[in-house]
Amino acid sequence: MFDDRSPIYQQIADKIKKDILYGDLSAGDQVMSTNQYASFYRINPATAAKAFQQLTDEGYLYKRRGIGMFVSDDAQAQLRQQRREHFFADVVAPMVAEAKAIGITLDEIIHHLTNKDGTPGESRD
Amino acid sequence: MEPPVSLGIEVRDLRLQYGDVAALDGLSFSLSGGKIYGLLGRNGSGKTSLLSILAAFRRKTSGTVHIGGQEPFENERVTAEVCLIRESGGDVYDNTRLEQLLRMAADLRPAFDHQYALKLADRFQLPMRKNVQSLSRGQRSALGAVMGLAANARLTMFDESYLGMDAPSRYAFYDELIANYTENPRTFIISTHLIEEVARLFEEVLIIHKGRLVLHDDVEAVRSRGVSVIGPAEVVDTFTAGLTVLNGQSLGRTKAVTVYGTLDDDQRRAAALAGLELGPVSLQDLFVHLTGQPEAEAAR
Repeated sequence: MFDDRSPIYQQIADKIKKDILYGDLSAGDQVMSTNQYASFYRINPATAAKAFQQLTDEGYLYKRRGIGMFVSDDAQAQLRQQRREHFFADVVAPMVAEAKAIGITLDEIIHHLTNKDGTPGESRD
Repeated sequence: MEPPVSLGIEVRDLRLQYGDVAALDGLSFSLSGGKIYGLLGRNGSGKTSLLSILAAFRRKTSGTVHIGGQEPFENERVTAEVCLIRESGGDVYDNTRLEQLLRMAADLRPAFDHQYALKLADRFQLPMRKNVQSLSRGQRSALGAVMGLAANARLTMFDESYLGMDAPSRYAFYDELIANYTENPRTFIISTHLIEEVARLFEEVLIIHKGRLVLHDDVEAVRSRGVSVIGPAEVVDTFTAGLTVLNGQSLGRTKAVTVYGTLDDDQRRAAALAGLELGPVSLQDLFVHLTGQPEAEAAR
């Protein structure tokens, strides 16, 4: 469920951001409570609370006192904007580096991506 | 119900001497209370000695121990609020049936939640009509878990007792602990040398070694404080000069070291430029590196 690569609260926050980005959580949806999170993932409630604090600080979630936490109206748009800014550096650059290292040309990548039916192209030896 | 005011714990220069051996050797720390604390230490590091003094099972040699501002030893006002579950549960009750034992606990301790104890006993499938002495090790462990959780004490301590349970029972214990703490936040101290499994339950950790405090901090802060650095030996050596290096391993020309401390962005960038690979260190690995050498080497 969690790995050692980053703090657990960070991993929880990332998971919720991903759910918002992919539409599994929509604007106005209520998210699980800190305590539900703690018991579901068997973690300290303070750790879960830290994740929610970060998400509310960043504006992706908002609190309604006594009711719970909800997804902000512009959370998805905000996340999309942020991810678009980093897409080429974070996603494309490592792929190009890997392709270079193993001898796959840019043309092959483009061919793969633009296959008529959109399915992955044949792999080549 | 109003949440109870948490019991803070102050320990200053605590010593416990067994003849020539100092089980606790000037231990100091302070806990604000109301959290789940992990007490980590190797075998013989002083965990049980510390918990026994906090629970007033044992008299300290010197130093200060305050629980909620008061000395616990021979102080009923404090001990009524404290519950310690040890590995070798109460042998006094060997000939007592479980159902009697739970009733006795309810009679002796006003805060003991008998209904909850029965529910927990059922979850751990404890044989209520059997005597304590006929229980298996795992069942004794589970009984400890039941007694500790149902005691409802403002300071509840588990001294590795839960480690006798098998994995499904331990997970049930963790579930119940989280549910119980969420419902009724109070101070828990859980000692262990098997860290990986329980690290997520803790808010703060204390590491003790040879009767002294090595580290006390927020668990997530501790986790972010270890960094592994891997790369060509000479580059690693240059980069880590002046940093706190806990251990090192070499494989051919590649060297891997564990650095204790947080690297800033400049240092991370410099490492990346130098072709070094930085990685996280698990709490358990950090614990192993911080508490030193294998026993054979320590004895030399």
